[in-house]
Amino acid sequence: MAVFFHMGGYALYVWGSYGVMAVLLVAELVLLSRRNKSLVARLRSLREMEKDAE
Amino acid sequence: MAINWFKYASPATFYPLAGRMLPWFVWTTVVLMAVGVYMGLFLAPTDYKQGEAYRIMFIHVPAAWMSMWLYVVMAVYAAIGLIYKTRLSSMMAAATAPTGALFAFAALWTGAFWGRPMWGAWWVWDARLTSELILLFLYLGVMALRSAIDEPGRADRASGLLALVGVVNVPIIYFSVKWWNTLHQGASLKFSGSAMAPSMLWPMLVLTFAFWSYSFVTILLRVRCEILERERHADWVIDLLDNGPSGNRGR
Amino acid sequence: MNGVAASPAGGGLVAAIGGVVRRDVLLAMRRRMDVLTSVVFFVIVASLFPLGVGPEMATLRIIGPGVLWVGALLASMLSLGRLFASDYADGTLEQMLVQPNPLSLLVLGKVWAHWLSTGLPLVVLAPVLGLQYGLGLDTLGILVVSLLLGTPALSLVGAVGAALTLGLRGGGVLLALLVLPLYIPVLIFGAGAVEAHISGLGAGGHLALMGAFLVASSVLSPWAAAAALRISLD
Repeated sequence: MAVFFHMGGYALYVWGSYGVMAVLLVAELVLLSRRNKSLVARLRSLREMEKDAE
Repeated sequence: MAINWFKYASPATFYPLAGRMLPWFVWTTVVLMAVGVYMGLFLAPTDYKQGEAYRIMFIHVPAAWMSMWLYVVMAVYAAIGLIYKTRLSSMMAAATAPTGALFAFAALWTGAFWGRPMWGAWWVWDARLTSELILLFLYLGVMALRSAIDEPGRADRASGLLALVGVVNVPIIYFSVKWWNTLHQGASLKFSGSAMAPSMLWPMLVLTFAFWSYSFVTILLRVRCEILERERHADWVIDLLDNGPSGNRGR
Repeated sequence: MNGVAASPAGGGLVAAIGGVVRRDVLLAMRRRMDVLTSVVFFVIVASLFPLGVGPEMATLRIIGPGVLWVGALLASMLSLGRLFASDYADGTLEQMLVQPNPLSLLVLGKVWAHWLSTGLPLVVLAPVLGLQYGLGLDTLGILVVSLLLGTPALSLVGAVGAALTLGLRGGGVLLALLVLPLYIPVLIFGAGAVEAHISGLGAGGHLALMGAFLVASSVLSPWAAAAALRISLD
């Protein structure tokens, strides 16, 4: 296992690449689903206000 | 019988369709990603010349390919949006740009992490890296122009036109950078372009499709946000908000 | 766009373009300070580099062509904002949209006038600044030729960006972000021509490619810029 993580002395470069790639992909997904949720919530509360006004 | 494609070009039809497609792409992405990373990190043998560092190529090359492919996809959507004035196409173009920029950035980052042990420098003015950097600038330009314009119709058409201008220029930029590069430092620095063993080719291909599938996920998610934002006064959105979501986890 | 509309004859079209060129050059002469600003910018940038890099002539001779080209490129980019701005502000642009001549050709006229009033002074000034970098006379000649071919292409490509960012907040920085990546081929071949001449390789190939780039951009970019103007004014 230690040998695997050592990556033949290239640990920093290999894990630096795979790690950042993973962070980027996950971060984009998290940001998007958050945007989606807050958007739906905002539109819904706007709609409630409209209904109350009617 | 001809399918009426324009039916799917209506945001009201596409929004739930995208919602139904999303889980499929999510699972495809997860599976391909796991298989590809497993093949790349465990199954592929150590390269005799580059050692373990060449495993970076398995994500670097697919990211670079995706960044270029998504630019073409964005330009095609932009062209359709400009010609047929289909709003959905323009929204798809808008939704594609950030993911493309993300892959361009990832390609640069992993390129630097590969170059440091192989070339001895984080950054080398290699023709491909330089072109990738310029591609990132082109993405940022399209995104910045879009966000600078408040009126959605103008934003669609202006950034679409810019994407088309960019796609005409990309080959010119690539060849001029390549020429500049060979003039200035010769062809001494090169990716090892020798025939690749299948055990090395497969992880690259699998991860390319994983990234592609991932792009579907983010683009569909983003286009759903775009649709909701722009169509919020449409009857079908109001209906969706009132009656609870069918494709949303919201409630 | 359909340029078939009823312009009287070929002569009317040429007259219309000539009118645009004459008017824009005249306007530029009235606002001499605007023209001077980009020229002075070029001079200052070219003078800053030796201060930053150090006065060794050997170094300066190497970086000279590149610095002068980048300086000219930035100076010409800075003046792009004015290409359509005043016509946009006073409504002339709207008039151009509805008149019978093809908009793309009028845009070509405007770009031509813009180059005459901002690009040409840079070309004329470049050899003087080249002396600061210890460039030889024949090298200066190649520099001038490469700028003569390159700066019009910069104005043409820049016109698309100027039309797209018309009337937007933060237009200047945005324009730079849009246009600079597209300038790269011109920069590479422009500065490359001078360097190839210095190294004895001959600048012919570079200059021929720049000529091709100029021709291609004068066909394509007025058309794209006209489309962009229609989008911006819609």
